[in-house]
Amino acid sequence: MNNLKSRLAKEKRFKAYGIISIITALTLLTILFVSIFSQGYTAFQETRIQLPVYFDQEILDPNKTSDWDNIKKANFNGLVKQSLRNLFPEVSGRSNKRKLYKIVSSSAEYQIRNIVNNDLSIIGSKQNIWVLADDDVDMLIKGNINRNLPENERRIDDQELMWIEYLESENLIKKVFNKTLFTSGDSSESEQSGILVALLGSFYALLITLALSFPIGIATAVYLEEFAPKDNKFVDFIEVNINNLAAVPSIIFGLLGLAIFLNFFEMPRSAPLVGGMVLSLMTLPRIIIPARAALKSVPPSIREGALGLGASNVQAVFNHVLPIATPGMLTGTIIGMAQALGESAPLLIIGMVAFIVDVPQGFTDPATALPVQIYLWADTPERGFVERTAAVIMVLLIFLILMNSLAIYLRKKFEKNIT
Amino acid sequence: MFDNEELIKETKSQALNSETVGDIHVDDPRIIAKNINVFYGDKPAINNASIDIGKNEVLAMIGPSGCGKSTFLRCLNRMNDTIDTCRVEGELFLDNENILDKKTDVVSLRAKVGMVFQKPNPFPKSIYDNVAYGPKIHGMAKNKIELDEIVFKSLDKAGLFEEVKDRLDAPGTSISGGQQQRLCIARTIAVSPEVILMDEPCSALDPIATAKIEELIYDLKKNFTIVIVTHAMQQAARVSQRTAYFHLGNLVEVGPTSKIFTTPQHKLTESYITGRFG
Ligand SMILES: Nc1ncnc2c1ncn2[C@@H]1O[C@H](COP(=O)(O)OP(=O)(O)OP(=O)(O)O)[C@@H](O)[C@H]1O
Ligand SMILES: [Mg+2]
Repeated sequence: MNNLKSRLAKEKRFKAYGIISIITALTLLTILFVSIFSQGYTAFQETRIQLPVYFDQEILDPNKTSDWDNIKKANFNGLVKQSLRNLFPEVSGRSNKRKLYKIVSSSAEYQIRNIVNNDLSIIGSKQNIWVLADDDVDMLIKGNINRNLPENERRIDDQELMWIEYLESENLIKKVFNKTLFTSGDSSESEQSGILVALLGSFYALLITLALSFPIGIATAVYLEEFAPKDNKFVDFIEVNINNLAAVPSIIFGLLGLAIFLNFFEMPRSAPLVGGMVLSLMTLPRIIIPARAALKSVPPSIREGALGLGASNVQAVFNHVLPIATPGMLTGTIIGMAQALGESAPLLIIGMVAFIVDVPQGFTDPATALPVQIYLWADTPERGFVERTAAVIMVLLIFLILMNSLAIYLRKKFEKNIT
Repeated sequence: MFDNEELIKETKSQALNSETVGDIHVDDPRIIAKNINVFYGDKPAINNASIDIGKNEVLAMIGPSGCGKSTFLRCLNRMNDTIDTCRVEGELFLDNENILDKKTDVVSLRAKVGMVFQKPNPFPKSIYDNVAYGPKIHGMAKNKIELDEIVFKSLDKAGLFEEVKDRLDAPGTSISGGQQQRLCIARTIAVSPEVILMDEPCSALDPIATAKIEELIYDLKKNFTIVIVTHAMQQAARVSQRTAYFHLGNLVEVGPTSKIFTTPQHKLTESYITGRFG
């Protein structure tokens, strides 16, 4: 009786410990997510200002050539300035005007240039164009700069604030979905910077990693588990090495990549190709080990059943063992890829950490990667980059969650089919 | 350690003066085993066993646990090849071909000598695919119609067709244990073997399922040579014509089942039959 009581109490206590630790973990995770989200969600919007642009023939194409090669040299910046002056005709004096010009992003000029390029017939007409606001204005609109602070403590002075409030009252300023974030590369101006280079860099690098480490990893696992002679010194040696590789810090793979791929084979620096190769070195053992475990967990009776029917060794493995082990192997692969996606150290070493504006067109163009972009932007004190850093983290987390959910889904799905 | 050495010593000493009692020969043999020795590493598991197995007979192999019944059985389709440490010596003729020869193609041998295992081990595929797998890999059917015929016939011979005919697409693992074991028998029959080896096929089954399998063995005897390992002596008595008694790796006695169970000649056999050890 007493015994039973103490046993139940023990069980209860043990359960309580488990629940407490889960709650602690969940709380910490929630704090992490909330802090990232609260800092980052505003980055998914950007502020735009409506400019009444007069596409002045005199400025754009005084000789009426209608030839883009001529027009492209025109002073588009002047056009933007003129539009701003038209919006606030009362502003006078050099320094005031310069301040006024700075409420829109320097990208406004290129935006207008593009519009003209797309449609030359627009020359001579008047259009309202939504251009990107400067990052300080953006911060103010998003509420990240407190309007009630004394003037000398905020980055927007009273005059600028007056202009912005005028724009607000006229509905000439608005927040829209931040397409820039997903369509451009890095920039020194936070409002013009985006993660496309990092996104594509990660994508290309992961493609290389998958293409290299999946077939090699699975083949290695199948060979070692199914065909390699047992009790062979050489096989044991390989096995020990694979297990060791899984524990090697990833930065060392980066150094290896630097020494071999970059310095010896003279492959391009900062390229997703090399990044993917380095990542696959790191991912290989992480694919091989779970794949072997998956193969090992296939009941030997299945193999014997196939052999007993006269299936050859290869047939038994490919027709029966592999299909059963597939979900386990896929799960391992996906988790390995997720780890590769979150890896930054080896990429830093092989130079995927540069300031890259141009979107990579292929595997050998310089690029960065998502975690590296976090590292780059986290270093910048500007408020605009802080919010964008949090946004990249969120994007990365979403990918990681998606990949891990896929792994769990696959496991669940195939588990049902087997037992 | 001590026990093991003791066992080996004892086994060795017995091996020297062990002669199989009873008649190891039959008039119409399908399998002739001559001086089979099996070792796991250095450890002997079968000592100099010789026996004939006749066509259309059921041979039961009995003996205490660890005496080498499974080991001997697995020689007959070279399943011991899959164990790295296992070494088989001697001669084993199936239809006048020495199947222990290195040149023997184990794939076609195993098609001729099928095996049913202790625990039902259907593949995690549909019932149909379980049975169709063997004929497929051996190229026994030219088209779907022929394959269907083989599958249905095999299921029928295994007494399973009526029970599963509406759910041939269901996974082979979804039926009851007894049905699974009959599915495994159907799977084995499907490649038209000459010999079927069964290693304690009923040990994981309840009495009703067991009775069904025994009935099945009785029917299969007409077309196949069957070698069955069993711990249940009544089962051996019910299904077999001849019985072989193994003890510590020695083939102690062979004879007609009725004789072994009523008037065993060797005193080890007698002790086992009367339940003095097991
Ligand atoms: N894979 C193996 N490696 C090493 N020794 C083995 C192996 N398989 C069997 N043995 C040994 O060989 C001897 C015979 O084993 P076997 O499995 O043939 O016995 P059995 O008569 O079938 O026993 P049971 O009735 O328990 O199934 C035993 O001593 C066993 O320990
Ligand atoms: Mg056995």
